[in-house]
Amino acid sequence: MALDENQSGPGGGRSPDSDIPGTATVEDEVDTQVSSSPDAADATDSLGGYIRLIGKRVRSGESGVLPVLGGLILLVIIFQIQDTVFLSAGNLVNLLVQGSVFVLLGMAEIWVLVLGEIDLSVGYVAGIGGTVTAILSTTHGLPWYVAVAGGMVATGLIGALWGVLVIRLRLPSFVVTLAGLLGMEGVLLYLVNANGTGGTIRITSSVLLDIANGNMSNIAGWIVMILTVAGFGAITVLRDRHRRVNGLVAPPLPITAVKVAVMAAAGVVLVLVCNTDRGVLVPVQGVPWVVLVVLGFLALWSFLLGRTRFGRYLYAIGNNAEAARRAGISLGWNKLWAFTLTGLTSGVAGVVYASRLGSISNNIDGGTLVLYAVASAVIGGASLFGGRGKMVYALLGGLVIATIYNGMGLLGLAASYQYMVTALVLLAAVTIDSLARRGTTST
Amino acid sequence: MSVVAEDRETGGPPGPGQVLLGLRGISKHFGPVRALNHVDLDVPEGQITALVGDNGAGKSTLIKTISGIWAPTNGEITWDGAPVQIRTPKEADQLGIATVYQDLALCDNLDIVQNMFLGHELLSHRLLNETGMELAAKKTLADLSVTTVQSVRQLVGSLSGGQRQSVAVARAVMRDARLVIMDEPTAALGVSQTAQVLDLIKTIGSQGISVIVISHNLNDVFEVADRLAVLYLGRLVSSGPIGDYDRQRAVELITTGTSGSDPAVGHGPTVTGD
Repeated sequence: MALDENQSGPGGGRSPDSDIPGTATVEDEVDTQVSSSPDAADATDSLGGYIRLIGKRVRSGESGVLPVLGGLILLVIIFQIQDTVFLSAGNLVNLLVQGSVFVLLGMAEIWVLVLGEIDLSVGYVAGIGGTVTAILSTTHGLPWYVAVAGGMVATGLIGALWGVLVIRLRLPSFVVTLAGLLGMEGVLLYLVNANGTGGTIRITSSVLLDIANGNMSNIAGWIVMILTVAGFGAITVLRDRHRRVNGLVAPPLPITAVKVAVMAAAGVVLVLVCNTDRGVLVPVQGVPWVVLVVLGFLALWSFLLGRTRFGRYLYAIGNNAEAARRAGISLGWNKLWAFTLTGLTSGVAGVVYASRLGSISNNIDGGTLVLYAVASAVIGGASLFGGRGKMVYALLGGLVIATIYNGMGLLGLAASYQYMVTALVLLAAVTIDSLARRGTTST
Repeated sequence: MSVVAEDRETGGPPGPGQVLLGLRGISKHFGPVRALNHVDLDVPEGQITALVGDNGAGKSTLIKTISGIWAPTNGEITWDGAPVQIRTPKEADQLGIATVYQDLALCDNLDIVQNMFLGHELLSHRLLNETGMELAAKKTLADLSVTTVQSVRQLVGSLSGGQRQSVAVARAVMRDARLVIMDEPTAALGVSQTAQVLDLIKTIGSQGISVIVISHNLNDVFEVADRLAVLYLGRLVSSGPIGDYDRQRAVELITTGTSGSDPAVGHGPTVTGD
């Protein structure tokens, strides 16, 4: 692996230094969504230079999240033209709630994809997370937080088990987690059936039900949005200033202002839509709590992946494990934690899933869920070969899939079409990515 | 047996620099195969030692022994005159020995700063201190006169071969290495990039850091090296200041292990190179 890369580097007949593709930090790399991607040549401190830099980067195939954002907007326009209900408040909120499971599962998958591994079991592991939570909460009457913690511990341990098998026995993660997919479906059936409630465990805790079905008050929605945008803006501005004070290049202030403004606009639209009364008989309004859950995990996991040594090591291992090993990085521990986080995040997705349906049943389709999970991550821009991927990719990819799922359902098209269209979008995403990257980097 | 071992006066460093790394009777056996056979070598402080030899002569085995990947079967290693054990790469690292392998061990998906600090990231409040790392990386590259990279936030995957070599070397030097070992640094490079890397090696040497460089290319060797050490079938057949050798003699030593005019080379008084 290491040798291959080395040979493709110097041997690739690269042109001299004047014409290097992809200068500067790429959206793809370790910076989180929160971070800006500064500096190439010093000239980019100016606004025009920065815009030219971005153009150059897009042309050289390092366009980050732009293609998937474009695709998402295109899908929304298409569905809105087909059926004007699509952009109604009720449907958009429904879409967000549907998408939250895909997004969480996609984020779960990112942890192992960055390593160049894969976890095919996340769908049924999520089911187990929901089931354990339901059993603890409904059957045993434990408080909701104990039940959720129990579910997450269970799924975290399952993820750790896959990690141990992959690391210790050096088995391919594809096979280990394929066995996991089958085995966990069995465990799920066993757990649900053993509960003696006829193949379904209902969720009765009102807090658990509210995760996907409850809404914040209008005022709370605004406060959360304002705090989020202000926090993002403050962090970005402070970091850029810190860089300038130390004589480093930072994105020009107008760029940061535009970013914050776009985010604020998106936040305002989101809260406005959610705060519109979408009830049929009784008024229903407010931002769903699950949005907060997803954003919370997005921020936390982005932070862990982008701002800590642990995250940095995952990228290094995913690209060149031998180089990481020689740099003194423990491959085993870091991989183990990544697998554990995959399991744990799947568990969260399972709790949201169970909350949305109000119950967990033994016929949950974990096989389809895992495919959506991987598709979310890959459509968003993560690489199956390791070393590339950010948590925000799962958010965008998951929203794309939820949009297709929701929009096609709205048009009354059969599931057969949904699957086929999702397949096409996945292929398109990977193709665009692959064409854009061909010849730009040696990975 | 070594031709020159008996000629060496122990403790008499061949030049102004003290002996930084000393090898005494180093052997390495892999089962019945004797990859190294009683190798004696002094690496003086702040000088560039070229290690040459044909394929299978034991060059790689020797540097792997020095960098702690393989423990020697027999023999003694001294560092600053005191005997040391180098059992793991980490112990080598702690002494200040940094090895730049032929494959460079870089991560293409990380940028220059991230690669230079890989495994040794600076933290502030337990988080990555990106500003501090970027400043330090820039300073190191400037010290090494590496000016060809546009931005230290460029991905290493987009760099040329010479630039990649520079990053790998800068990573080694940045961590206060006192001895940098380079395995075939110019093997895969074109003419201008080779010149770039050779300049880099000279710069390191001029900063008082010792260098051991393995090379097949005698042109490169004669351009940068202060001293030459020739391995032949696991034995160190000759070593001394580069001025004691010419091309023809070096080739003879590499290919046959002896040279027609083979006096007792490599011992004390021959300080012409200095």
